[in-house]
Amino acid sequence: MSIDLKTIKHISKLSRISVDEKKAKKLAGDLNSIFDFIEKLNELKTDNVEPLTSVAETTLKLRPDEVKSKNIREQIIKNSPQDNEDYFVVPKVIE
Amino acid sequence: MSDITKQSLTELVENIKDKKLSSTEVTKAFIDRSEKSKELNAYITEDFTSALDKAKKFDQKPNLDLKLPGIPMAVKDLFCTKDVKTTAGSKILNNFVPTYESTVTDNIWREGAILIGKLNCDEFAMGSSNETSFFGNVQNPIDKDLVPGGSSGGSASAVAGQLTPITIGTDTGGSIRQPASFTGTVGLKPTYGSCSRYGIVAFASSLDQAGPMAQNVKDCALLQEVISTYDPKDSTSIDFKRNQYSKELTNNIKGKKIGIPKEYRVDGMPKEIEDLWQKGIQYVKDCGAETIDISLPHTSYALPTYYIVAPAEASSNLARYDGVKYGFRAKGENLIDMYEKTRSEGFGAEVQRRIMIGTYVLSSGYYDAYYLKAQKVRKLIKNDFDEAYKKVDAILTPSTPSSAFKIGEKTNDPVSMYLNDIFTVPVNLAGLPGISIPAGHDSKGYPLGLQIIGKAFDEQNILNIAFAMEEKINFKNKISNWWIK
Repeated sequence: MSIDLKTIKHISKLSRISVDEKKAKKLAGDLNSIFDFIEKLNELKTDNVEPLTSVAETTLKLRPDEVKSKNIREQIIKNSPQDNEDYFVVPKVIE
Repeated sequence: MSDITKQSLTELVENIKDKKLSSTEVTKAFIDRSEKSKELNAYITEDFTSALDKAKKFDQKPNLDLKLPGIPMAVKDLFCTKDVKTTAGSKILNNFVPTYESTVTDNIWREGAILIGKLNCDEFAMGSSNETSFFGNVQNPIDKDLVPGGSSGGSASAVAGQLTPITIGTDTGGSIRQPASFTGTVGLKPTYGSCSRYGIVAFASSLDQAGPMAQNVKDCALLQEVISTYDPKDSTSIDFKRNQYSKELTNNIKGKKIGIPKEYRVDGMPKEIEDLWQKGIQYVKDCGAETIDISLPHTSYALPTYYIVAPAEASSNLARYDGVKYGFRAKGENLIDMYEKTRSEGFGAEVQRRIMIGTYVLSSGYYDAYYLKAQKVRKLIKNDFDEAYKKVDAILTPSTPSSAFKIGEKTNDPVSMYLNDIFTVPVNLAGLPGISIPAGHDSKGYPLGLQIIGKAFDEQNILNIAFAMEEKINFKNKISNWWIK
């Protein structure tokens, strides 16, 4: 298989990472060599194998739906690059 | 008392409990050595002033019943520490100051230890050489311009270089055991669910585990005893009966059955590694254990599986870094442009590469071919171990296919870098505990490690085997202090 520049541009859009031509070419090269390596999995027949989603063989525990962290607005906003008292500020989205 | 930094954690704890040393003396000694060791670049953030204050406070009213009374400790910069900057080795978190503490570090401070700083690591723990860190390479105390391994490279370097008596790292595919092997130290990756992931910057949630990195097995057992707790704040934390690992530690492993998997004899493995493995087999036999040849037939599929599962989970976990709620933000013409530029400028090349791989294998039309396929093969890999553990109590393998390599040697070839983790990755995929102990040197004088893999929740058993082997091996790390002027 081969990942072309068009595919790289598509993945870059999906992952919200901008790439220029130079970076796209480098990524295409890297990803192709990595996927050549990954293709090895096709040697295995896995039709009747159950996928393993978690090694922790435990059912999730239930707990009462209670608020435990109260009044932590300041803590939540503390690390924001730009805020306006109680809100995160982002570039304008509505004209 | 001279040579404080040469003492093991166990010795330091005893000396503080016997009032032969104060926390201030010990903390000052490690800070002084850290100050002289800037060239190793092991620290991202130093917290020396505050550490000395805490040590003085401890000495005024010492609680000597604690397990780590007044012991200074630096930790990997992947653990959130309240009010102390936590970067995960990334530009995107360069200014992030957590408002809460990770459960694992909280457990450590509760037992009396004192934070002295945050240690360098590969960006978001993605790397095997510490070269992907935004904060630069870490030097291996063994030799100049040698990588310390990764991703817990700063942690390994700091323990081997005696900048901290002990530390914690995280291990997603080998990030504790491989750097331990490269620096002549001991590193334990616990069973998945043993240590809480709460407050650890997430990389691949189904694989990540925190664990101790130490100068010897006993120290390692002591820290494991402190950090392994059931935590309702981590939904995958498991409520099982935990041992008092250091108290129950024994070198009596008579009659234990140790599996030797033939598939770990990989093509192109240096003779030195094979010889080391054979020596290891002899050591466990000398301790009265029995070795049994076993097969883990899907071993060679572990790395390709890992490089689908881990990036897939990473691409999802790292979606949160969008320049809005915390971290670095780049200027953009509109919201989308801001997201794209923030992530393009904020993440390094390896992290972007892995997000791209993960996004691709999860994208429409490719999910079944890659992600689902990998989850199925992961099941086969786990089945291999389940089958083997019907016959044996533990498994002995080399930790890495080579000794530490030079800085820059593998940076241009991602696949050759990934191959470093060939012996450690299967353990994460199966969720098992594994420990790397130093077992010898190669012809260049660089340390080599052996790995003991256990059954799930059987940390005590692999610690015991490691403890018994450690006595036979009698490893001495060759640290010349080359970086101290």
